[in-house]
Amino acid sequence: MSSHAHTMDHTDAHGHDDHAHDHQHDHHEQSFWTKYIFSTDHKMISKQFLVTAIFMGIVAMMLSIFFRLQLAWPGQSFSMLEYFLGKKWAPNGVLDPNMYLALVTIHGTIMVFFVLTGGLSGTFSNLLIPLQIGARDMASGFLNMLSFWFFAVSSLIMFYSMFIETGPASAGWTIYPPLSALEEAIPGSGLGMTLWLVSMTLFVAGSLLGSINYIVTVLNLRTKGMTMTRLPLTIWAFFVTAILGVLSFPVLFAAVLLLIFDRSFGTSFYLSDIFISGQAMEQTGGSPVLFQHLFWFLGHPEVYIVLLPALGITSEVISTMSRKPIFGYRAMIGSILAIGFLSFIVWGHHMFITGMNPFLGSVFVFTTLLIAIPSAVKAFNYITTLWKGNLKFSPAMLFAIGLVSTFVTGGVTGIILADSALDINVHDTYFVVAHFHIVMGASAIFGMFCGIYHWFPRMFGRMMNNKLGYAHFWITFIAVYGVFFPMHFIGLTGVPRRYYSNEAFALFQNLQSINILITVFAIIGALAQGLFLFNFFYSMYRGKISIQNPWQSNTLEWDAPVEHLHGNWPGELPTVHRWPYDYSKPDKDVDFVPQTVPLSAGEEEH
Amino acid sequence: MITLLTYVAVILGIIAIARLVKVYELSVTLKGNQDEDAVTDSDTKFNARLMLPFLLAFFAFCIYLIYSYKDNLLPESASEHGVEIDTLFNFNLIIIGIVFVAVNILLFYFAFKYYSRKGLKATYFAHSTKLEMIWTIVPALFLAVIIIYGLAVWNKITSPIDSNKAVVMELFAEQFKWTARYGGVDNVLGESNYKLTADMNPLAIDSTDKHAWDDKIVGGEFHIPVNKVVLMYFRSKDVLHSAYMPHFRAQMNCVPGMKTEFHFTPTITTAEMREKTNNPDFDYVLLCNKICGATHWNMQMKIVVESEADYNKWLAEQKTFKEKNMAQNMPESKVAIN
Repeated sequence: MSSHAHTMDHTDAHGHDDHAHDHQHDHHEQSFWTKYIFSTDHKMISKQFLVTAIFMGIVAMMLSIFFRLQLAWPGQSFSMLEYFLGKKWAPNGVLDPNMYLALVTIHGTIMVFFVLTGGLSGTFSNLLIPLQIGARDMASGFLNMLSFWFFAVSSLIMFYSMFIETGPASAGWTIYPPLSALEEAIPGSGLGMTLWLVSMTLFVAGSLLGSINYIVTVLNLRTKGMTMTRLPLTIWAFFVTAILGVLSFPVLFAAVLLLIFDRSFGTSFYLSDIFISGQAMEQTGGSPVLFQHLFWFLGHPEVYIVLLPALGITSEVISTMSRKPIFGYRAMIGSILAIGFLSFIVWGHHMFITGMNPFLGSVFVFTTLLIAIPSAVKAFNYITTLWKGNLKFSPAMLFAIGLVSTFVTGGVTGIILADSALDINVHDTYFVVAHFHIVMGASAIFGMFCGIYHWFPRMFGRMMNNKLGYAHFWITFIAVYGVFFPMHFIGLTGVPRRYYSNEAFALFQNLQSINILITVFAIIGALAQGLFLFNFFYSMYRGKISIQNPWQSNTLEWDAPVEHLHGNWPGELPTVHRWPYDYSKPDKDVDFVPQTVPLSAGEEEH
Repeated sequence: MITLLTYVAVILGIIAIARLVKVYELSVTLKGNQDEDAVTDSDTKFNARLMLPFLLAFFAFCIYLIYSYKDNLLPESASEHGVEIDTLFNFNLIIIGIVFVAVNILLFYFAFKYYSRKGLKATYFAHSTKLEMIWTIVPALFLAVIIIYGLAVWNKITSPIDSNKAVVMELFAEQFKWTARYGGVDNVLGESNYKLTADMNPLAIDSTDKHAWDDKIVGGEFHIPVNKVVLMYFRSKDVLHSAYMPHFRAQMNCVPGMKTEFHFTPTITTAEMREKTNNPDFDYVLLCNKICGATHWNMQMKIVVESEADYNKWLAEQKTFKEKNMAQNMPESKVAIN
């Protein structure tokens, strides 16, 4: 059937000419360096992002296992901890409290920024934007290459910061000053925090270069016929994500810069009236709350920078594998835009009990709860897409369904947290940890796995092994709920997050068994990722060779040849005649009609 | 040696999986099962059949957790506003609980029911304004109720109170301990200035302020009277802390350079709560809920709620700031100014 699709587009889809002819001369031999390292080709850059993110993901996952061991069996000796962390940070195999905070901090930082922002957007925006809109490459291949190299260098610095003598940053991934500003308060706020700040500065630079490129490419390089309302939802999601990034990351940069000033040059943006190590500090008049405003002005859109690409990928995969058009295409675009807009006016819900004016708190309650509406629309649209479909369960489809489940399960507890009155008692407890790990962590990582399984043939020309994929999905899915669902109960017991041990409080004495349960699930989940890693690298070299369009999909990336080809299409760029979701359209012989197929006489475009 | 063996075992394990996958792939080829479909019907059916068992197991897990940990959750609220918070919480929990159960059922049921098999064709159903209106408007209505109800409670909790009718006190946070201070006879806390911090004056209280003289500073535990509103101010010496009193559903950050406040009315004494929870060792507790350094996990203070008479008796036993500090430490001239 795929060959059928391909012939169709070669017979009637070639509408317009581009620079295809001079392009034929471009295929000189590339050296190893220009092809694999300093590549300006979006497909290669996407793989670079992916492999870097997988590496960082493994690191962050291992850190989480280290601190989960301490939480389940506090004070017990683990030779594994001493092996990885050394005698200083795990003397006799018992985790040091400062290192515990460092592990939590770096786990959060890597997961949020390096895996789910850099990894997710970097991989799939790069791979899919040019291919799905019918462009030869990004608007600027050079900026795109820089974007990756900023990301790579910042990853390296973050990784390196774990090996310095005073330990990495340990003030939590939100690095609230004064803790993050004062080395006297915690050793990780010395060189470790400096490296964190340097790394994040480079990260922001890379992210901005990437985002600007994505925006320009989507706006300017769409092929003939590819109107904005014929774009796949993946592209809409990446596009809005990039806009969010461009508007919010500079604010993080500003926040970080002012923190650097406070730390190194004696300014007092965030510091005021501090007495530490027997000394009254000079700084007065600053406000730690200012930092929180600036941080969350990025921090909240960041949640959607992480989530939207995952939702976009899921929309595409659910529609394709249900053999049904995505339900409510325009409503889906509308909700992406609404979520994007609202994400900028809700940051204060992280700050209800910081001493912020309670009236301001009420405004943020209102705006935050509004986000539930477009989110509900998205969830119901996914479910209606499944209804009366013809579902084919590829591993990608399973992860997409997993995403819808975690998105809803984690999303509903957001309604509790957004309610300022309720937040008083659950703020910064494990209830919050449960909420955001399910709704953001698990959903986004499921979106990423979904994308990897689905577009692996497009990336490497080979299929991943389905059976291993199924095992990977089911174990991961069970482990995710097994780890994070019980945390709601721990939170409702009043246990604060970032506690090295619960043993100091009689109130928390009965929680040991639940903590062991969580850690066991965490270890099972971590081991299951071995199945994925094996499948990924094995299939890259030994996987079954993929056919042109293995999922019988409508979008343009399956129209371009799989061979690594700079410029994506050997001849002219394809012309688009319809939206991407003509699956199982009545009166068609096959259950999909690629976007390159012109409307037949009298056919209506959805 | 064990490390080396672990490495060897891991490497051999990977090789073993690689060979198994290869063998499996060869066997598929030998069977002549050269299915062009990327997903076989049998695989699809296999996964579809796992959907409902998974859902049931998930719900069973939730019920198991509720059943086995319900006694561990915080006991009934020991403050006036906390009761309203709990009611609001339960109200929201019912709504989100229904959504959580219903949506997950629909999701997994559809995933099971509509799996691909011979002869099944998907229905081309691209949009329906009516349906989309329903699931925009219905959630919006529910959210309106949640917002209005929630904000009503929030406004009530945070509206300012008359400090004359309250017990005025302060919680002072530093790495890694709490200190409490009471307004004393005049029920007014004396001013402070961080530059005055000293070994004898850890709370940096300004002794030139007369209001400070009768202030009472206590460590280890602090007492509050039942059924009387307590107005708490919060300060921090070094980094951010958060004063979290889960039994009273009360929490406020302690911010260096800033004075924050929160007020609540305790309704159950420590003795009564010991009976209610059937736990003779029960104590109310103040803990730190904002990451503040290595011993963040053990920054606590005991809270005792007792009758007003008992509270007054306890307070009378505590020394005032003047008795403790000024007699021997303050230069006579400075005191004389006031």
